[in-house]
Amino acid sequence: MLFSTNRNWFWDPWEEFEQMRRGVWGDGARRSSEFPSVNTWVSSDDSVVTTEIPGVDPENIDISVTGRTVTLRGSRKADDIPEDLSFHRRERWSGDFSKAIELPFNIEAGKVSARFKDGVLYITLPRAEAEKPRKIEIKSS
Amino acid sequence: METATKDIKKKESEVKEGAERTRSKKLYTPAVDIVEGKDSLYLVADMPGVNEDSVDITLEKNILTIYGTVEPEIPENHRLVSSEYGIGDYQRTFTLSDEIDREKIEASVKNGVLRLTLPKAEAAKTRKIPVKAQ
Repeated sequence: MLFSTNRNWFWDPWEEFEQMRRGVWGDGARRSSEFPSVNTWVSSDDSVVTTEIPGVDPENIDISVTGRTVTLRGSRKADDIPEDLSFHRRERWSGDFSKAIELPFNIEAGKVSARFKDGVLYITLPRAEAEKPRKIEIKSS
Repeated sequence: METATKDIKKKESEVKEGAERTRSKKLYTPAVDIVEGKDSLYLVADMPGVNEDSVDITLEKNILTIYGTVEPEIPENHRLVSSEYGIGDYQRTFTLSDEIDREKIEASVKNGVLRLTLPKAEAAKTRKIPVKAQ
């Protein structure tokens, strides 16, 4: 069953997509294990993608957008410690990461903005103008 | 090094018996690095969403507790359509084996990373004991 039966008045492609995905993979498989974990928020104008990448220098974060896909790349170096010291615990991640996130609409690449605050990255990705939901006025005759 | 970033998940704190939380927010265990030097202990913790005003460090006897409060930023008029991580406070407790000079503890937070320097008290510093050959 590919199409939802409880279709809303305002058809939302993302919801459709989510339902299809749920139908195919089951709810448990929705979480991707690829680092970094991201949360995706959607409105009629744009999408906000957030991710937690503490300790990464904002200069080392690379965001690129093509069509519907936004790709995040970055790296975090392991701390250098003097030779005479030793790690008791070493749990923090280090190295390079790369992750592609696909949105249900084309992105207006020129208007993408990003903010990095306290180790959390917020990327605002506006919908391409042509794909914004339009309100249709009904004229009374 | 690339493989080091695979399969990294935020760890939710386990609720200890008899110690239920009064807040409904989730609680996470931050990943830490601990390095010991001759004079100090260095602790680094990943606490995204925490800044210098929202982290509490307490040292009671030899129990060190770090607690970070996170005020989640929710984009207005948006729906969450996919969620791979949760947002909540951070807490972690350590038992220190050495005496720490509490007057000299230094802490800083930058880009969501907490760095603590815990200088050892004079008495606890390791002394090298020369062994004489007979």
